[in-house]
Formats: sequence, C-alpha cells, structure tokens
Amino acid sequence: MGTIVNELQGIPLNHYILLSSIIFSIGVIGVLTRRNVIIIMMSVELMLNSVNLLLAAFSAYHGDASGQVFVFFIMALAAAEVAVGLAIIVMVYRNTKSIDINALNKLKW
Amino acid sequence: MTGLIWIVLLPLIGFVVNGLGRNVWSKTVVSLVGCGTVLASFLLSCNVFSMVYAARKVGEQASFSHTVFEWISAGSLHVNLSFLVDPLSAVMLLIITGIGFLIHLYSTAYMKHDKGFAKFFAYLNLFIFFMLLLVLGSNYVVMFIGWEGVGLCSYLLIGFWYHRIDYAAAAKKAFVMNRIGDLGFLLAIFLLFYNFGSLEFSAVLPKAATMVQGDTTLLLISLLLFVAATGKSAQIPLFTWLPDAMAGPTPVSALIHAATMVTAGIYLIARSNILFTLSPVTMEVVAIIGLATALLAAFIAVTQNDIKKVLAYSTVSQLGYMFLGLGVGAFTGAFFHVITHAFFKALLFLGAGSVIHAMSNEQDMRAMGGLKKKLPVTFLTMFIGTVAIAGIPPLAGFFSKDEILAHAFIQSKALWIGGFIGALFTAFYMFRMLFLTFYGKFRGTFEQEKHVHESPMAMTVPLMILAILSVIGGGLNLPEALGGSTALAQFLAPVFADSVALSEGFHLAHTTEFLLMGVSALAAIVMAIYAYVLYVRKAIVPGADHEKRKGLAQLSYHKFYIDEWYHAMITKPLNNLSTFCFKILDKKVIDGLVNYIGNGATRAGNVIRLLQQGNIGFYIFCMVIGIIALLAYGLYIV
Amino acid sequence: MDNFVLLLLLLVPLIVAIPLTMVKQSNPAKWLAFIASIVVLGLTIQLLIAFVPDASIQFEEKFSWIPALGIQFHIGVDGISLPLVLLTNALIPLILLSTFRKTYKGNFYALVLFMQTGLLLVFTALDAFLFYVGWELALIPIYFICGLWGGQNKARITLKFFIYTFSGSLLMLIAIIYLYTQVPTADYEWRSFYELALDGKTQGYIFWAFFIAFAIKMPLFPFHTWQPDTYVVAPTTGTMLLSGIMLKMGVYGLIRWLLPIAPLGVNQYGGIALTLAIIGIIYASIVAFKQQDIKRLVAYSSIAHVGLIAAGVFVWNIQSLQGAMLQMINHGINVIGLFFVIELIYRQAETQDMQSLGGIAKPAPKLAIAFLIIVLGAIGLPLTNGFIGEFLLLIGVYQAGIWPAVFAGLTIILGAVYMLRMYQGVMLGEINQKTADFKDVSGVDLLVLGVILVLIIAIGIYPKPLLHISEAAVTQLIEQVKFN
Repeated sequence: MGTIVNELQGIPLNHYILLSSIIFSIGVIGVLTRRNVIIIMMSVELMLNSVNLLLAAFSAYHGDASGQVFVFFIMALAAAEVAVGLAIIVMVYRNTKSIDINALNKLKW
Repeated sequence: MTGLIWIVLLPLIGFVVNGLGRNVWSKTVVSLVGCGTVLASFLLSCNVFSMVYAARKVGEQASFSHTVFEWISAGSLHVNLSFLVDPLSAVMLLIITGIGFLIHLYSTAYMKHDKGFAKFFAYLNLFIFFMLLLVLGSNYVVMFIGWEGVGLCSYLLIGFWYHRIDYAAAAKKAFVMNRIGDLGFLLAIFLLFYNFGSLEFSAVLPKAATMVQGDTTLLLISLLLFVAATGKSAQIPLFTWLPDAMAGPTPVSALIHAATMVTAGIYLIARSNILFTLSPVTMEVVAIIGLATALLAAFIAVTQNDIKKVLAYSTVSQLGYMFLGLGVGAFTGAFFHVITHAFFKALLFLGAGSVIHAMSNEQDMRAMGGLKKKLPVTFLTMFIGTVAIAGIPPLAGFFSKDEILAHAFIQSKALWIGGFIGALFTAFYMFRMLFLTFYGKFRGTFEQEKHVHESPMAMTVPLMILAILSVIGGGLNLPEALGGSTALAQFLAPVFADSVALSEGFHLAHTTEFLLMGVSALAAIVMAIYAYVLYVRKAIVPGADHEKRKGLAQLSYHKFYIDEWYHAMITKPLNNLSTFCFKILDKKVIDGLVNYIGNGATRAGNVIRLLQQGNIGFYIFCMVIGIIALLAYGLYIV
Repeated sequence: MDNFVLLLLLLVPLIVAIPLTMVKQSNPAKWLAFIASIVVLGLTIQLLIAFVPDASIQFEEKFSWIPALGIQFHIGVDGISLPLVLLTNALIPLILLSTFRKTYKGNFYALVLFMQTGLLLVFTALDAFLFYVGWELALIPIYFICGLWGGQNKARITLKFFIYTFSGSLLMLIAIIYLYTQVPTADYEWRSFYELALDGKTQGYIFWAFFIAFAIKMPLFPFHTWQPDTYVVAPTTGTMLLSGIMLKMGVYGLIRWLLPIAPLGVNQYGGIALTLAIIGIIYASIVAFKQQDIKRLVAYSSIAHVGLIAAGVFVWNIQSLQGAMLQMINHGINVIGLFFVIELIYRQAETQDMQSLGGIAKPAPKLAIAFLIIVLGAIGLPLTNGFIGEFLLLIGVYQAGIWPAVFAGLTIILGAVYMLRMYQGVMLGEINQKTADFKDVSGVDLLVLGVILVLIIAIGIYPKPLLHISEAAVTQLIEQVKFN
C-alpha cells in the first residue's frame, strides 16, 4: 500500500493537475465543437474522468480516502448517465434518423 | 321685511306650479298662475318701494337688508343668502315686476297657439325669480346666482323652439358668451374677497371708498366686473349673441333682451360705482367701449331688414349709451336711461311682436308696409316708442339720453360728438323701421294681407300702458335746466353718494345745456324727416339679401363680418385644436407613450428570445463561459 | 352597536356577495343586492347621526391581523372619510336601481357589492397596508365587470386599465413598505406615518410614488389615457362605479396619505402637480369639444372636473379643500346622472353618436329636463350642487395666484361649451328615425333620475350640512400640515 502511494508521490502533483486539465479541456472542446451526440457523450466522460484522476491524485497526496470515495460516486453516476444518455440517443435516432445534435432544435422561442 | 322673500318666491312658485302641471292645467290656469304671481310680486314691490320712498323723503339712507340663511361657509368665507333693498334695487324691483307683468299679460295672447304655452310661462316666471335675486342680492354671490340664472333662462327661452337647430345654436352662443363674462365676475368676486374679506355690498363698498384713486387692485376688480358686464349687456366684444337671441319668442326679446336682463351689467356697475369711480382707467375703458358699441350697433341697424334685428341692434346701441353714461360718471343718467329704455324698448318689441303676430310670423320689413290703417293701436304706440327712442322731446328718451350726452360733453367733446352721431343714426334707423313697416303699400302675400288684424286687448293694453310710460317717463328726472327737480337723482343719492363726492360734479351752464339739447333734438327731427323722404316719399324698399351693396352699406348689412371673424379667429382654431389634441396628442403621443412603455415587456421578450435558438452547442458554450466567468469572479475578484 | 357599525358596513356587502354569486335568476339577485345596499345605506345614516362633527377619528376599530409584520386591521372615520363613505353607500343603491331594467345575474351584483366593500375599506382604513389591500380589492371586481360585460375591445382595454392602474399601485406599495421600515414602532399606522419626519429628498421620492398611483386612478393629465376608453367600453354600471366612486379613491388618497406624509415632497413638486391638474382641466375640456360619442365626451369632462378637484387639493387651503370634499360628492352624483341618461338613450336609440341623435326633447320631455338639470349641475350653475363646489375650489385656487384661478376658471366657459353642445346634439333639433319613437323615462328609471335631481338641487341650495361634516377635520388637517 505504502509503496503505491510512494510511487504516486514520485510524480509531482503539478503533473497530475496539468494532465487532468488537458484532458478536461479536451472534453470541453469536444463537447463544444462536435455535433455527433455520441462523441459529445464521450467528451463528457472524458471530463468526468479527468476529475476522477484529479480526485484520486489529491487523495493520494493528502492521505485522505474521501477523495477516492467521491471517485466511486462519480463512476457510478457516469455509468448511469451513459445508460440514460445512450437510451435517449437511441430514441432520438429512431425519431430523426440522425444523431446530429443540431437536429434537436425544436426547443426554441 | 318678510314681504321681500315673497316678492322673490312668488315667481318661483309660479314656475314650479306651471312647470309641474304643464300637461295638466288649462291655458287659463297657466295664465292666471303665471301673471298672478308676478302681479302679486309687483304689488308687494310697490309696497317695498313706497317704504323706501318714505324713508328717502325724510332723508334716510333707506337701505334695508334681510338674511334668509347662511349659504356657503368655509373658513373665513361666509356667504349669506340675503337681500338688500335700497333705492337702486327698489327701482329695479318695480321695473322687473311691473314690465314683467305687462309682458306676461301680453304673452297670454301672443303665445296662445303655441304648444309650449305652460312651459313658456314657467320659464318666464323662473326668469323673473332670478332677475329679482340679481337685483335684491345683498352680496356679490347672490347677485351672481341671479346673474347666471337669468343667463340660463335666456338660454331656455332663446331656444324655446328648440326643434330649429339654428335657434338652439343661438341659445348656446348666448349662454357661452355670457359665461365668458361670468368668469370675469367670478374672478372679481375672488379679488374682492381676498382684498376686503367679505362679499357683502355693505362691507365692501364703504371700505373701497376709503382707498386711493387709481389703486391697481381696484383697477383689476373694476375691469373684471366690466368684462362681466360686457357679456351680460352685450357690449364689444361680446355683443354678437344679442341679435341672434332674437330667435326667441318676441315677448322674451322684450323682457329679457331689452328691458331687464341686458341691463344687469349697468346695474352691476351702478351698484359697485365706487369701485369704478376710483379707477379712472376703467372709467375711460367703459366710456370708450360703450360709445364704440353704440356707434357700431347703430351703424349696423341702419341696413337690417328683420324688424327684430333692427330692434336688437338698437338695444345693443342703447346699452352702449348707458355704458357711456357710466363711463363719464353719469350714474344717475345711465340708470335713468335704463328705466326709460325699459319702457320704450319693451314697447317697441311688443309692438313688433304685435306686427309679427298680425303678419303670421313674418319678420322681414320688406314684406310689410302700409300697416298703419290695419293696426292702428300698434302703430300709434310704436310711433310713440320710436319718437321716444329717437330722442325727440318731450318724450322719455330725450331726457335720459340728453343727460348722458351732457355728462359726456363735460368729460370730452369727442365723446359727445360720438354720442351725437350715434343719436343721429338712432333716429334714422328707428324711423326707417317705422316707415317701412307702417307706411307705403302692403308688400306681403295675399294670404298675409287677408289675415292681418289688430291684436287682442291682452296685447294692446300693455302696449298702451308702456306708451304712456314712454311719454311721461322723462318726468322722473327732469333736469334742472328745464326747471325740473331731478327727482330720480335725489332718490338714488345715497347709492351714488361716494362717487358723486369724488367727482368734480356736474357743472354746465344752462345755456350750454339748452344748446346741446336743442342741437340733438333738432338733429333727431332732421333725421326723421330724412327717413320720411327716403322711405315714404321715394318709397325705397331695401334690396334682396344677395344683392351686392356699396362699400359701407355692404359692411353694415353683413354686420362687419364680426361673426365670421369670430368663427375664423376663435371657433375654428379651437375646434382644430380639439381635433388635434384628441387625434394626435391624446391618441398618438400620450397614449402612444403609455402603450410604448406597456409594450416594453413584449419588446424585451422579442429581443431575449433570440438567444433561445435551439443550437445546443451554443447553449453549452454559454454554460461554459458562464462557469468560467463565475470561477473567475470567485477566484480573482472576490 | 355604534362600535360595530363600521365593521358591519364593511361586512354586509361582502357577506351578501357570497351567496349572490350562486343566484342564476336576475330578479332575486337584483333585489337581494338592492336590499343589502339599502341596509348599508341605513347603517351609514345611523353612522351619520352618531357622528360628532369634530376633527377626531370616530367608530375606530382595531384588530391584530398579521402581528409578525405589524399589520393591523384598523378602521375608523373622520370628517374627511365620512362624506366619501356616505357617497359610496348612497350611490351604490342608485347604481343598482339603474340596472333594474337589465338582466344581469347574481355574479354581476356580487361583484358590485364586493367592490363596495373594497371602496369602503379604502375610505375607512387607518392602516396603510389595509389601505393598500382595499385599493387593490376594489380593482378586481371592476376589472371583471368591465371585462365580462363590456363592449367592443373589452379584453384589450380592460387589460390596459388593469395593468396601468396596477403598476401605479405597485409604486405606492413600495413607498408604503419603505415608510414601514422607517417607522420606529414597526407598524403601518397612519399616525406613525404622519409622525415620520423624513428628509426632503426621501419625501420627494415618496411624493412621486404616491402621486403617480393616485394620479393614474383619478386620472390626472397625462395619466388619463386609459380612462376614456375604459369608460366607453365598460357597461354603464361599471362606468358609474369607476367615475362616481372609484376615482375619488385617488383624491381621498391625496388628502389622507400623500400630503400629510410627504409635505416636504409637496413643497418641492406640488407646483408641478398643480400645473398638471390645471393643464388637465383645459386639455380635457378642449378634447371634449369635438367628441361625437357622448359617453366619451362625458369621460373627458370628468377628467376636467377631477383636475379642478386635484388642483384644489394641491392648493391646500380651507376653501379649496372644503370645495374638493364637496365637489367629490357633487361630481359623483352628476356624473352618475350623466352616464345614466346616456344609458337610457342608448337603450332606445342604440347609439351614443351625437350625429345620429337629436330632438329627443320632443318625445321625451322628462328625460330632457332631467338631462338639462344634470348638465347644469355639471357646468356649475348657481343653485345646483356644482356651483358650490366650483366656487369654493376656484376661490381656493385663487390663493395660489390669479393665473391658476384664470386657467382653472376657464372650465366654466369650456364646460358650458361642450356640455351644451352635447345637450343640443342629443335633445334639441329635429327628431330623426332613431329618435322618432323614443319613449319617455318612466318607472324605476324615473325614480333614479328623480333622486339625482333632488340631490343636485338640494345640495345647491343648502350645502351646509355636507360642508359641516368635513369642516372641523379639514381645518385641523390644514393646521397640522403646512406648506410654504
């Protein structure tokens, strides 16, 4: 146990922060720029996972397990989100024959 | 002084009885009630007058007042419904009820065939009621009740045949023009209240007498009162309603628009004489306006063809003389002229009514002529009236007019010359009327000729009484120059005492006075003869309406286009302003602004909803920007 | 008994209104409503007899309502509110009587009675919050009366009316809440409000907040544009309620709340208010000149008359204020009379357009006489009620200077012009197709007109009892609240 922590602490915390920021940004940009709903979903997952990574890293550095507990919650939530999200996408595809997000512009004005 | 209340109340009772029972009572009952109440009122007035006369005989002030109840009170303002009898109002009482009764009597025959018989008498009684309030009021507000009340009756009676829309319009015109004057009256009341703390004559006038001559407040008050008088007494610039008022039945013209109501303005000024005497500027204005009106109206009367219009303009002109008299300080003279004018003008109008009655409602003199034989009583009485108004001695008009002119002569020769020229015109147009109507050949239709008849007794008796009064009326105030006693002046002395004390007095050598009298009497006779030559010898008949007249005649015939001027200068711009205010200002600007603000919510919604375009990417973008902004705010700014 | 009279006054209409909503037949409904209003009138007369005409608040009642916020149910009358209570309770039976030839159902009458409670609450409330509640309570029924039984375009016009007056009231609410926060004892008592001595700037804001609310209600120029449309579109009953009673809420608000609470504000801006009032008199009169629709004409004339009353209030002296008190009653009576005559004409001729009317005096002399007397009252002829009011108002306005009096006085000329033009257009001239078989007024309609005429003439001849009610209270108010 201790060794893993030591291993992790071998890498400076800044690197974790940098990495998760990059992954998070990729997720954000993905959500903003892509029109395919599935890719958007994936980008959202990326964002979630970047947060997970960060939480795990801080948890290890501070020796506080509650960060990792959060990670579990987020993973469960992400799973549920994907389940519901994919179901919606399937329904959207059935109705519009498309998974382009701009096909869903009825909700305006 | 309980009798006083009954003098006022009786005509009101007559009004109520006739008004409520107008469909119930027979014409006899209506006439009895209508004439009876006024007669009773007249008898009571005689009683009151004799009391005043007796008091004056022994040299008392002879001023009695009686408070009925407190009418309006607010703070320091207390207005009582109260009456005041003094020599001035006592004389007016007699004129109003006396001539009022004669005209009531006359109307029983004149209006016999009219459907609105009872209504007519009700209105007449109401008029007498208000007129009595006007002259009996012991303060300006009660006077104002009467003042407006007679205006109302005038409105009702001018528009008596209301189905004629032009008559109704004439009635409205009279009321509105009167109201312009009434505003002046009201403002004068306010000024009086704030400067004297009271509105009672007995409090205001003595206090005013102690003020200095030329005081600006007094100037303003007297000018405003004069504005009121110009409305009621048909002076420039508010005189155009009076000729139109001839739309009313002829007895109304005689009672309201000749003998009584229109002299209310003179009464008002005579009552407040001290306010005027202390404002020389106002006096000048009064004299000039009076003279201008006298001349203008006389000039217009010369070419009129409607018998009632001639008399109407003649009334305006004579009222102008009265104002001239007031303006030159001849208060007694002006009031004397009120009395004599009431006699002969009522007589002339009633005579004209008799002619119109005989001619089956024809009023155009061009369709008359030669009625002398057919209507002997009417002719004779009207002849007396004409001579009286023309100022030929020894009839009433000569003395009263002469007194005014003599005073004018002292003030300024120019005023006298103006008055003298007016007198020339008066003599001319009155005789012109007389000759056109009664001399020459009959010019009406065959139908009319067959129908012509002398009027019944009920109409001729008042004519005869008035004729007698017109003959002897001058005796009321014979000038000293002719060995008279100036009885009226003596009688009215307490009313005008303060003013007389202030003025330099009446100093005119008897020879000058004789000369002035002689000149004006002679001139009147000359003008009468000139009219005789034109309209009897040469038998000239005025041309048709559309005929083009030459120069001044055209101007005179069309009444100087004053009505047209007023229409173009006042009525039309006001109407346009009204349309503008309603259609543009109200609907577009003000309401537009309100709606604009109200629609602001909708407009804001229209702008903001554009953000909601359905592009999810955009939504998310906004969300991210929002989060970043919030974070930035949280991290750096706070 | 005396103690509860005022509460009863408020409750009787409200209690009767509830079952009335269920009544589907017209006749029982109108009788029930009428009897209720007569009962209220009877109670009012009892109130009047028991009233001592001094400056004190009488028949006061106070219950705790929302204690947490210091809100109390506090009512009472003095010489300023009593005339208005009397006006409300005397006019409502007349207004109800005037509908007897119509077939309105219970819900209509319920709304009228409901409104009566609201109006009475406004006139008797001594708690600012309660005043506000009454103010809005009176608005709701009139909105429905106009919105449900109105004429053309009723939805749009009543909505505008509602939002317009409501937005004004919101300003007032803000001002009331602000004042509440300033009161040391944390309540909405009118006395506490009177005793607040805020600085001039704050009072300026308070002034405008209240003034706009009241000016819209009265309405004063230039907040008047909802009024002619609403009057025209509303059923006559609604117009009568609006013009006869409801607009007095605004004037009453000025006298009871605005001027005593924000005297410094009035010092700064009272001149503007006075100017607006006087402009309104002339402006509305001029607009009334050319109106063809007689209902609209009377609506504009009402703006002119109310302008004069408001001018009198802002001049703030005993004559003008007494005149305003009296003129509120007079205007209520006269304007109800005018609208009723217009209604009677409309019922038969089915038009309000002056051009298609004319000559009605011939077939309907009684109506013509009644109309004439009401018109004369409206133009302030002496010996009618209007004269006393106008005379006192104008003599009061004169204290503000001769020019205000001259311009305000123009109303007597302009009023005569448009009123007589209307009378001429409707009653005089030749009869035409529309008016040929016009039937004269009779029965219950004649009764209504008769009562109005008697009131017009009686007040004109002997106004003293009415003036007496308010004299002490007005005198005291003027002593308390002074402007320079």
